[in-house]
Amino acid sequence: MTDGNIEILLVEDNPDDVELAVHALRREKLANEITVARDGEEALDVIFCRGPHSGRSFHSPPRVVLLDLKLPKVQGLDVLKAIKGDPRTKAIPVVIMTSSREERDLVDSYKLGVNAYVQKPVDFEQFRGIVKELGLFWVVINQPPPAKAFEADPPGE
Amino acid sequence: MLRFRDATIKTKLTWTSALVTSIALLLAGSAFVAYYVISFRSSLVRNLSVQAETIALNSEPALRFDDPRSAEGTLSALRADPNVVTAAIYTAAGDLFASYGADPGGFPAEAAAPGGAATARFQGRRLELDHPIVSEGEHLGTVRLTYGLDDLYSDVTRFVVIAIVVLACSIMVALLASARIQRSVSDPVARLAAAAQTVSREEDYSVRVEPSRNRDELATLIDTFNDMLARIQAREAEIEAGKQRFQVLNEELEQRVSQRTAELEAINKELEAFTYSVSHDLRAPLRRIDGFAKLLVDEYGGDLPDEAKHYLARVREGTRQMGLLVDDLLNLARLGRQEPRLQVAGLSSIVERVAGVLKRDTEGRDIDWQLQPLPFVECDPALLEVVFTNLLSNAVKYTRPRARAVIHVGAIEENGHPVIFVRDNGVGFSMKYADKLFGVFQRLHRAEDFEGTGVGLATVQRILHKHAGAIWAEAELDKGACFYFTLGGTAAGPINA
Repeated sequence: MTDGNIEILLVEDNPDDVELAVHALRREKLANEITVARDGEEALDVIFCRGPHSGRSFHSPPRVVLLDLKLPKVQGLDVLKAIKGDPRTKAIPVVIMTSSREERDLVDSYKLGVNAYVQKPVDFEQFRGIVKELGLFWVVINQPPPAKAFEADPPGE
Repeated sequence: MLRFRDATIKTKLTWTSALVTSIALLLAGSAFVAYYVISFRSSLVRNLSVQAETIALNSEPALRFDDPRSAEGTLSALRADPNVVTAAIYTAAGDLFASYGADPGGFPAEAAAPGGAATARFQGRRLELDHPIVSEGEHLGTVRLTYGLDDLYSDVTRFVVIAIVVLACSIMVALLASARIQRSVSDPVARLAAAAQTVSREEDYSVRVEPSRNRDELATLIDTFNDMLARIQAREAEIEAGKQRFQVLNEELEQRVSQRTAELEAINKELEAFTYSVSHDLRAPLRRIDGFAKLLVDEYGGDLPDEAKHYLARVREGTRQMGLLVDDLLNLARLGRQEPRLQVAGLSSIVERVAGVLKRDTEGRDIDWQLQPLPFVECDPALLEVVFTNLLSNAVKYTRPRARAVIHVGAIEENGHPVIFVRDNGVGFSMKYADKLFGVFQRLHRAEDFEGTGVGLATVQRILHKHAGAIWAEAELDKGACFYFTLGGTAAGPINA
């Protein structure tokens, strides 16, 4: 694991899915630094710079978090809640990437402040296309939040 | 004013017995007095006639020899009877011949009738009797006797006084007797009335009337009344018990219903969890199979023999098929949970939108789209779009072997409700399989002839059931098929042009 700049944090428990997603991202040469968290707890450790990731700094947050909903230990929605509920991490773009197309999940995710919600298609070519677009948009096109966006709002403002 | 028929039974009985007693006594007394007076009079006339006869015989010589003194002597014998007030003998010419007793009015000369027959006259308080004096067929004169009726009148007066006393005593006795009878008649009736009032006012069927000591009709009435009350009380108790049983049953039923509802809710939750996991867990491995197969083709395709590439293509087709199945099943499951959002919508615009998409997908085929105007109806337009997409896609699919396909959408009216139909000239199906049309995963064609998951028509049927509508089909093998459906709501407007 690197403690340097993370461009994409991929939170996904299934190694096959990790492999396919990483393969798609590498193929497009969009991201050099991909960190993979295999469960919700590990994802929170990375984002909140704790446990094995205590060496990390809040000043170098991931450019985007690709978050699965069904995760061991801490569920995807709880990870999202933790990120969006803390001023130090609130500005990190989070994209839900899941097989679920349940309306309930969409509603909950957007209520918690998700930045995008993508359903993983069964067809691998479509999946590869989506991963490519996501990487292109969040890592290349999108302007990341500046450091000030991660400061707590001064009280009374 | 209190009228007799409104008076109590007690009063009625009292007055009736008094009245009946009085009338009976009055009638009896009057009859007796009348009989007495009549018989007294007739015996008086008879007696007096005998006396007059005697006087007439005795005074015959006196008249014949014109000897009034002798005649007066004869008359003075009447002194023995104090009731004889006056007596007189008249000559045949009507002149007074001899007299007895003082008459303040004198003896009228003309009073005596010269006729032959004896006559009796009642005048005021007197009886006047004339008797002819006849000797050898010669009318010599007349004897007139006046008899005082004071005895008779004092007798009658005495009798009336006695009758009044008897009457008063009788009425007293009658009243006493009726008072006794009253106790055995009016008291039980009063008790019955009071009990009946209590029952009707307070609906208290435990009331009983005190039984009568007598064994008359009233006692029977009271016994029957009590018996009736007892039976009503028993029935009331039965009804009450029934009510309680019913309440217990009802509570049990409610409990069972809420238990079932809870069970159903649990099952529903389980089902939701199941569809969620189908949505997530079934799709993920499919994507992996497809992904690695694709990677194999992409990265090692050059090293693989054509047969291996064919197998990989079949693997990917299989995963694609299963992906469609999972999606269709999820749609079907979702329909089961969501209620239609009803609004008035024109079916024509929905059909045109669906047909527009299909026209683009079927470029190159010769399809004659006959889209007739359809009504505006209350429905969920998004769900109706699913219905038409399925029905029109089927029509497009099963007309594929036709050089020129004809797809006809229209509406007919049945019992005032619109029936929408989608007809095609495709391969159709045998009506003996018509009952399998709308079952999930039921297919009437082979997969290599016509692709499909067998979920489409099941979805259509579920949507229409949600709209309180129905769907059915008519078809002939190799001639075509026609699907009809109705929506529960009535047409909201005229068929749009």
